[in-house]
Amino acid sequence: MIQSALSGDLPRSRILSFLLLAIFVALAFAPFLFSGSQPINTAAKICIFIVLVASYDLLLGYTGIVSFAHTMFFGIGGYGVGLALYGWGPTWTSAGLGLAIALVVGAVLAFVIGLLSLRVRAIFYAMITLAVASAFAILAGQLSEYTGGEDGRSFRVPPLLRPATVLFDVPFLGVRVDGRILSYYLVFFSALLLLLAALRIVNSPFGRVLQAIRENDFRAEALGYNVVYYRTVANCLAAGMAVLAGAMSAIWVRYTGPDTTLSFAIMLDILLMVVIGGMGTLYGAVIGAALFILAQNYLQKLMAIASEATASLPLIPHLLHPDRWLLWLGVLFILSVYFFPSGIVGKLREMERGR
Amino acid sequence: MSEPLLSLEGVHTHIGQYHILQGVDLVVPRGELTVLLGRNGAGKTTTLRTIMGLWPPSRGTITFDGQSIGGRATPDIARLRIGYVPESMGVFADLTVAENMRLAARLGPPDAARLDWIFGLFPALKRFWQLPAGLLSGGQKQMLSIARAIVEPKALILIDEPTKGIAPAIIEGMIAAFKELKRAETTILLVEQNFRFAASLGDTVAVMDDGRIVHRGTMEALAADSVLQTRLLGLSLAAHQ
Amino acid sequence: MATTSSPATTDLPRTPRDLLPVFIAPIIALVALPLVGSPTTWVTLTIAALAMGSMIFVIASGLTLIFGLMDVLNFGHGAFIAIGAYMAMTVLVPLSGWVQSDALSLNLAALLLAVIAAMIGTGALGWAFERVIVRPVYGQHLKQILITMGGLIVAEQLIHVVWGGDQKPMPLPNGLRGAITVGDFALEKFRLLAVAVGLTVFIVMQLVLNRTKVGLLIRAGVENREMVEALGYRIRQLFVGVFIAGSALAGLGGTLWALYRETLTAAIGGDIMVLVFIVIIIGGLGSVGGCFLGAILVALMANYTGYLAPKIAVASNILLMVAILMWRPQGLYPVARR
Repeated sequence: MIQSALSGDLPRSRILSFLLLAIFVALAFAPFLFSGSQPINTAAKICIFIVLVASYDLLLGYTGIVSFAHTMFFGIGGYGVGLALYGWGPTWTSAGLGLAIALVVGAVLAFVIGLLSLRVRAIFYAMITLAVASAFAILAGQLSEYTGGEDGRSFRVPPLLRPATVLFDVPFLGVRVDGRILSYYLVFFSALLLLLAALRIVNSPFGRVLQAIRENDFRAEALGYNVVYYRTVANCLAAGMAVLAGAMSAIWVRYTGPDTTLSFAIMLDILLMVVIGGMGTLYGAVIGAALFILAQNYLQKLMAIASEATASLPLIPHLLHPDRWLLWLGVLFILSVYFFPSGIVGKLREMERGR
Repeated sequence: MSEPLLSLEGVHTHIGQYHILQGVDLVVPRGELTVLLGRNGAGKTTTLRTIMGLWPPSRGTITFDGQSIGGRATPDIARLRIGYVPESMGVFADLTVAENMRLAARLGPPDAARLDWIFGLFPALKRFWQLPAGLLSGGQKQMLSIARAIVEPKALILIDEPTKGIAPAIIEGMIAAFKELKRAETTILLVEQNFRFAASLGDTVAVMDDGRIVHRGTMEALAADSVLQTRLLGLSLAAHQ
Repeated sequence: MATTSSPATTDLPRTPRDLLPVFIAPIIALVALPLVGSPTTWVTLTIAALAMGSMIFVIASGLTLIFGLMDVLNFGHGAFIAIGAYMAMTVLVPLSGWVQSDALSLNLAALLLAVIAAMIGTGALGWAFERVIVRPVYGQHLKQILITMGGLIVAEQLIHVVWGGDQKPMPLPNGLRGAITVGDFALEKFRLLAVAVGLTVFIVMQLVLNRTKVGLLIRAGVENREMVEALGYRIRQLFVGVFIAGSALAGLGGTLWALYRETLTAAIGGDIMVLVFIVIIIGGLGSVGGCFLGAILVALMANYTGYLAPKIAVASNILLMVAILMWRPQGLYPVARR
């Protein structure tokens, strides 16, 4: 059953299987395993980023397209649901309608950008998407009467998902099951389903064609595959998935704004996650997202300790300052592109084969 | 017979996953014009590019003037006074004819006598001296490409299919130019498909097929032996279809 | 050179001068005039645009040449902009006596020292960047994009380590403040200086590219790298040189840009890089002339729409890019390729 749920694409490494299982268990039971709001926030963020990074991997890892506009689609999802809930009231209908509009806008935009520039070389595409995405972010910040501008919009979610809603009178496993926990599971199961769907896509004949295009687009074209068509569809699928991740994020955070969904910093985070985790394997997205977000939250604490311990030395405490965690992940990123381009997942599988 | 200027022994070249040269043994004697014949895809261009270092050989030795040059960088090979006229001609379209020639004269401005000699061979170059090379006709570009290869005295010139797509009148001029070069005892390795052109110039000949040399001998002998011609060239033509 | 006297011109093929794109800039300016209404505002906007275009050109020219010559697009170029600006600031702050002096000569001397420091610093950094970051991934576009992005992240973080993360004031020399008034028109001094620097860089670059052997090699290398090597030139060294020069120009551009804004943060490169990318796409990757024109067009568009409809100013440049790519998919002046 697991085999078919994973579309036959098994982890193929004992350590990887263990890690994935650990992440799965931790996320599935997060509200019951950890107390306090920070762990559950971290868990939800990991779920959301697993979807976002997996959708980016569809592009980068499986199709070989470098796009810097992925956060734009993430933002479209976030704004679509967020603004709908803000403007039309906190009902399921407005959330659904907002999501539907966001999906359509996202797909159309992905289609247009794809048609316009997927014919050209990778570098062109990377630059064009970078320009379009940054313009979109600035536009969202400027059109404040609709989007709330730089401050973004806070909104209320449907009553069922609010913290004040208590589902059962008796606590379950010692935890009061409220709307917040329900929201978490909405996010968690959406992430699980989307990840399994993505696995299905990449292991389908369609996914194989994408990988053939990544390896050699001339040959794929010569074999009779319409490369632009396949790339455009992949672009739209990835965009759609990113929109859904944005919607999940909006539901969970109950806020949407340029910094949390559209900023270039998030784009770089996604890039780091997908490369460090392992391009071209969706498990890499899971590992990358989990590792990165844990590092974001907990590496900083570690660095603060190290920074204080070295306070008497020159420069070193600055390098170890908690705000510089991205420096070290950046170095790790460069090293992984050089020395293990297939990321952590690739390395683990290699170790398994070498055994 | 003196030691040959250039020799290839068991040279293999891979391009990506394709194994193009599969053990080429080729000898280019000093002061002679050697013609490399063969059908499309036999590996002639790859042989020249491998000699030039544009594609590194994966196996085998390439010896030029007593030193091994296999695996060296292209500029270092070119500095041994080896000129190269690629199939695409490699003319810098954005630069004028004069600028193309100025770059080809790596060691300093070409002297007037040498330029006059070149203008004698290819008068069109003088007429279009200040024009961007991109505006020249195919034949004129070919002349420029050859002129670039000889603007400084060279020990060896590699020329890839100079007659391809060129009008017959210009080919006649080219034959005259090559004869002139031969008189100056320049060693030339010429890749050709045009047998008549090759036969009128070649001293020695090598025929390639499927990444190997399948025949070596004098041009005179091959030109006189129509049976051999049919077997080598006709056969390869049949294999081509 | 001998025998270069120009030959008869009767039956020569004519050199096609492709001037059509050049007319776009004045057309945009003329269309904007009635929309803006007031001529003085229009002049101010146009001068501001020319200044901005000059700065963008200085930054973008190196990037486009690096790309043209070696097929390398350095996404980390933005880091050089910021680092150049910080280095200039590091020089200007202790020279505050000169910076605030009433003597223009001392102002300019301080500025010159700052610019030299910025260019040497970013040039050296470019050398290191090429060696460590770029060299191992030649010919692999995907890795190139990723790794230069990684370099950008690390470089930006190192700025925080060295200079701290807070916003810094960038001291603009006293003599460059204010404006010169010509009739009704007020021309800001610093903007005029920026235009002068941009034009100088453009002219010097054209002279080097067209009149020197190194320039010829660069132009030839942009077109056909292999053939340049087959003529016996070690193009690697040439490329390292261009990479260093391009990085130094980013440092110069960054210094000007920071002076223009009079403040400085580590993210200063990111803001302008988007425009730089648009410019080199519009201009045609590898073309210096196209880059210059593209920079002017983008800056005109940004300034006019910034005045007329500030909220859609950025989007207008995307539209400009889309329009130009629909007209000429390879940019205004595509460089001939092998």
